Amino acid sequence: MYKILEAEVLAERTYKMIVEAPNVAHACEPGQFLIVRAEEESERIALTICDFDRVKNTVTIVFQTIGESSYKIAEKKAGDSFADVVGPLGNPAEYVNEPIEEVRKRHYLLVGGGLGTAPVYPQAKWLKEHGVDVDVIIGTKSKDTLIMEQEMIDAVGEDHVFVTTDDGSYKRHGMVTTVIEELVKEQGKHYDMCVSIGPMIMMKFCVKLTKELGIPTTVSMNPIMVDGTGMCGACRLVVGDEVKFACVDGPEFDGFKVDFDQAMKRMKLYKTEEGRRLLEYQEKGGGGCHSR
Amino acid sequence: MAIEVDMMKKVPVAEQDAKERAKNFDEVCLGYTEEEARAEATRCLNCKNPKCVEGCPVRIDIPGFIGRLKDGDNAGAYEVIGEASSLPAICGRVCPQETQCEGNCIRGIKGEAVSIGKLERFAADWARKNGIRPVKKTGNNGKKVAIVGAGPSGLTCAGDLAKLGYEVTIFEALHKAGGVLVYGIPEFRLPKDEVVAAEIENVKALGVEIKTDYIIGRSETVEELMEKEGFDAVYIASGAGLPMFMHIPGEQALGVYSANEYLTRANLMKAYRDDYDTPINIGKKTVVVGGGNVAMDAARTALRLGSDVTVVYRRSEQELPARAEEVHHAKEEGIGFALLTNPVEILEDEEGVVKGIRVIKMELGEPDASGRRRPVEIQGSEYEIECDTVIMALGTTPNPLISGTTKGLETNKKKCIVADEETGATSKKGVFAGGDCATGAATVILAMGAGRKAAKGIHEYLS
Repeated sequence: MYKILEAEVLAERTYKMIVEAPNVAHACEPGQFLIVRAEEESERIALTICDFDRVKNTVTIVFQTIGESSYKIAEKKAGDSFADVVGPLGNPAEYVNEPIEEVRKRHYLLVGGGLGTAPVYPQAKWLKEHGVDVDVIIGTKSKDTLIMEQEMIDAVGEDHVFVTTDDGSYKRHGMVTTVIEELVKEQGKHYDMCVSIGPMIMMKFCVKLTKELGIPTTVSMNPIMVDGTGMCGACRLVVGDEVKFACVDGPEFDGFKVDFDQAMKRMKLYKTEEGRRLLEYQEKGGGGCHSR
Repeated sequence: MAIEVDMMKKVPVAEQDAKERAKNFDEVCLGYTEEEARAEATRCLNCKNPKCVEGCPVRIDIPGFIGRLKDGDNAGAYEVIGEASSLPAICGRVCPQETQCEGNCIRGIKGEAVSIGKLERFAADWARKNGIRPVKKTGNNGKKVAIVGAGPSGLTCAGDLAKLGYEVTIFEALHKAGGVLVYGIPEFRLPKDEVVAAEIENVKALGVEIKTDYIIGRSETVEELMEKEGFDAVYIASGAGLPMFMHIPGEQALGVYSANEYLTRANLMKAYRDDYDTPINIGKKTVVVGGGNVAMDAARTALRLGSDVTVVYRRSEQELPARAEEVHHAKEEGIGFALLTNPVEILEDEEGVVKGIRVIKMELGEPDASGRRRPVEIQGSEYEIECDTVIMALGTTPNPLISGTTKGLETNKKKCIVADEETGATSKKGVFAGGDCATGAATVILAMGAGRKAAKGIHEYLS
């Protein structure tokens, strides 16, 4: 059993939990994810690793309620346990295994959309801790849906965090792409690498822009998964001309090569279930949902 | 009442009626009663030079256990089987006996072979129902072995090593032990709680520890197991891996599944049960592409979930790689077969949902490298089959998790781990491998056979 030490509501339908999971905590790196099963009868749900503590053997997850099984996860309180927490899954972000002096030569732009802010956080933290220059854009629907602004500021410094809301209710008004344009074109900032995590539709437009600007961009894909260990093939997606599996080949891919339209289409797979709900939320609010 | 035995024929075994079972997930074959088993046992010739044993990948003393059954010594029969097999209730159900033990049976030359599989199943089921478990005879020898994967190969290796006195820990990535026995083979062929869970408990009773939710290659590498955790040897039995696709247009359409996904949802995640949350799209018309046991399992699962099912296979009936019994059962249950037929395109509607499959007829040409006659397209013979679900059951390619994270572990062209056939030894010292991760997708019993050999190989290495 995997005990929940802290449980907190971050925003409407958005939850944060700190969970005891030594097998994940001692090995996970930015870019990886995990799978939670609330109860014996629940689905395996892939979730973002938002933070980890190797001493306390804990991981922090941030998620939104979309389908039945994510409600079951959300219903849990501090002191309760999950039936299963398994991970880390997927590959760490590329820079984790590169020579650090190479990574330090680059300026990174991290873009988190909605719940995508959560998996961007450990990346921002890692890069900063390793002495790499990093700016972070957080895009969200409105002031009410904004998450993790303070944590991000604590990690990389106030001058490096740029918040924008779709409705203009807080800080900047507009999409993340507006902010990228502003930073690059108006402020003349230079970035060597972009990491964009959020709703597929956001990543699609983000990549369209960074391609024009000539900034290589990594995206994190969150297709439907069952086992998450390279067995079911549900998470297949087209990258370049190849079929790749997000769980073992990803979840991070070269954003210029991902076929987002097809990936979005595949998320509709479970027409009455998880996938459609997820996509509906994403299409509606942009900022909102990202179950991983 | 004594059962009359025709020495040329197997004592028939009771099965659930085809029409009835097509609507439920209960086991198809009901197994022998004690009287039937004893009657069938009398058909064994007790050959001096038993060919059946040669055909068994784990070398069960077949005349030995059948002799005990004949004498009414069921517990003795179970003990004889247990010397060679850790999972007899499973093998009795899923082994391809017709090409192994029963294929070699001398009775089978003139009449029908002795029903060895059904007798093995009877002995194992009898033992389970009577609370008899395998016993560990030796004390611990102080040496530790790690096993990666709690499927048939890992469980067999673990059982054998535990009996030899090793401290064995199995690391399993999924939340449940059993590997393909729980995620792949359906309930109606292999009951999960009653049979699989009980066999796994028997392995645990030998002192084997199973850690679920534990991913070797991610949480810890093979090297870390040996250097940090103090394991003296590691046996990799991580299974088959990623599903293959045909790379034809439309394969990303909604409603195209790999058999692995479809079966995992149905079996491991129990999508067919109302009390589980797993979603599964049940089509009205399902096409299964492929002709192996996995294709039959997927087809018969789809049928039970309420779909009309057609199996599309590019060669003829003779070449179907599935067990004869499975094909026979599938036909009885009403599954259609489009043989000598190959998909060329999956058709999708404007929403991207499967609406059919375009296929082409094939004929058999010259034999290819596998010795089977190569299927050749018949030009102009294309036609469409209407369907809303397509299940690809084309086999798998090895999972890169272990090979990609273990330095010095040699893999072959097909990315399978290179392992000695007799000992399981790999290119890395102290690391052994076997089962599907080394051979590519095969059968439960072959994986078990590899597990046995590796246990012997590890024992020799550590002695």
